[in-house]
Amino acid sequence: MIEILYAIFVGPFRDMATSPAFLVEVLLGGVATGLMYSLVALGFVLIFKASGVFNFAQGVMVLFAALTLVGLMERGVPVIVALVATMAVMVVLAFLIERVVLRPLVNQEAIILFMATIGLNFFLEGFGELLWGANVKKLDVGIPDRSFVVAGVQVNQLEMSAAATAAVLVAVLAVFFQRTRIGRALRAVADDHEAALSIGIPLKTIWLIVWSVAGLVAIVAGIMWGAKSGVQFSLSLVALKALPVLILGGFTSVPGAIVGGLIVGVGEKLGEVYWGPLVGGAIENWFAYVVALVFLLFRPQGLFGEKIIERV
Amino acid sequence: MSRPPAGPLLEVDAVSVRFGALLALSGVSLSIERGEILAIIGPNGAGKTTLLNVISGFYHPYEGRIRFEDRDRTHLSPPDVAALGVARTFQNVALFKGMSVLDNLMTGRLLKMGGHFLLDAIWWGPAKRQELANRAIVERIIDFLEIQSIRKTPAGKLPYGLQKRVELGRALAAEPKLLLLDEPMAGMNVEEKEDMSRFILDVNGEFGTTIALIEHDMGVVMDISDRVVVLDYGRKIADGPPEQVRKDTAVLDAYLGASHD
Repeated sequence: MIEILYAIFVGPFRDMATSPAFLVEVLLGGVATGLMYSLVALGFVLIFKASGVFNFAQGVMVLFAALTLVGLMERGVPVIVALVATMAVMVVLAFLIERVVLRPLVNQEAIILFMATIGLNFFLEGFGELLWGANVKKLDVGIPDRSFVVAGVQVNQLEMSAAATAAVLVAVLAVFFQRTRIGRALRAVADDHEAALSIGIPLKTIWLIVWSVAGLVAIVAGIMWGAKSGVQFSLSLVALKALPVLILGGFTSVPGAIVGGLIVGVGEKLGEVYWGPLVGGAIENWFAYVVALVFLLFRPQGLFGEKIIERV
Repeated sequence: MSRPPAGPLLEVDAVSVRFGALLALSGVSLSIERGEILAIIGPNGAGKTTLLNVISGFYHPYEGRIRFEDRDRTHLSPPDVAALGVARTFQNVALFKGMSVLDNLMTGRLLKMGGHFLLDAIWWGPAKRQELANRAIVERIIDFLEIQSIRKTPAGKLPYGLQKRVELGRALAAEPKLLLLDEPMAGMNVEEKEDMSRFILDVNGEFGTTIALIEHDMGVVMDISDRVVVLDYGRKIADGPPEQVRKDTAVLDAYLGASHD
């Protein structure tokens, strides 16, 4: 009994203390993964705030973006051109979603819009594979997946580039939505659709913008994850990890998505490395969901959320 | 097109609105003259709010036309109507509850801020200067409505009467040509009603803003309006100066419920 308690409550912390460099490595890895979760969660939050739509297809948008990028590159299109083209594709996709899916369903129940995004999910998955094929593709963005040592800490170059990119993107988006006029319009739309319309905010434009941003965010997430583990269907499952992040951070909070992503990323890495051996590993796979469950029980609005998720 | 510019600001021409089997408005015609305060009254369910919603583009008539400044704009969307210079308030206060009073009023300026949404994010300088200019106008409205002390308070935390005042402020921030007020004094005490009446008269007097308002308090209506339109069961039953409408037998019947059995 004592040994079990020791193994749970003392052992792991002793391990952390004895090898701080390794702990830093684990933390860095957690931050890198966490930022990616934040990125995907941010896509969710923006769309949910602006339109009350819970976008089930966010994960497939990540896959679709990565597939498009790789597909173009495989056909000999230079990286930069392919990237710009993929961005254009995602904006066009946002436009089409607003036109074909959202507009006819305006003023419908949230659950109906949610179902529509499930449909969108299957469509995009099938359409992406139809266009670019279903086999696993290697995505080479020109950043080698190798490690080097800084002050005794092993750092993976690809992971750090991904983390830096995600951090910059998250910061840019945060400024964009907090400090600009469009941010005020977005907050207005999130607060009250009718009132927003009455002061001349075109809902359609706002929707187009948030879906485009969600699409662009999906590209970055797709590239980073694709470069690590190949572009394949499992990419779309990344979005499943964004769900606990949202529950943690609150569905309507941009800072919540960022902090929630970091907590989940770091938490699951620490759990995996230090507590994993006790239960035979794989903590990484369920940690986020258990945290989410605890939050649902005790703080269902998340860390920063205002409105409860009654709209989902 | 050949109308003199002094024609009515807004014309509602034989407008009917239908919700399924219910005829909410049936062949209603009225005009709103430049610079006047028009009161729209009528028993509950008479179609007053529907009329306001049609004018502001939230509903579209299945029959009839609406003209604003001699242009047909029957089928515009709410943001397009707002862009024409029509601002409104709602019966159940529709403020952005999470935002401060100041931010709420600033949203009212969104249409007046030129330039492009996306460019704003890139061109810091002009956006900032514009923000300051608009801020100055909003501050004047805050002074005018005597809400300096609550400018940083989240709108949702304010008592009802003040929320109504802030909502009026947001509508004023758009510097509208036509201001539509849906029961601006509902749920207010006598003192708050007096304040609100004074603001409405001042807006009309100082800025020359044309105002159409729905109100139940007959005392207020008779005091502040230049003209009164009475709706009952989706039809217009009277239209004229307050003292004339007050004596109208159809109006008395409608309010006493005499002729509907």
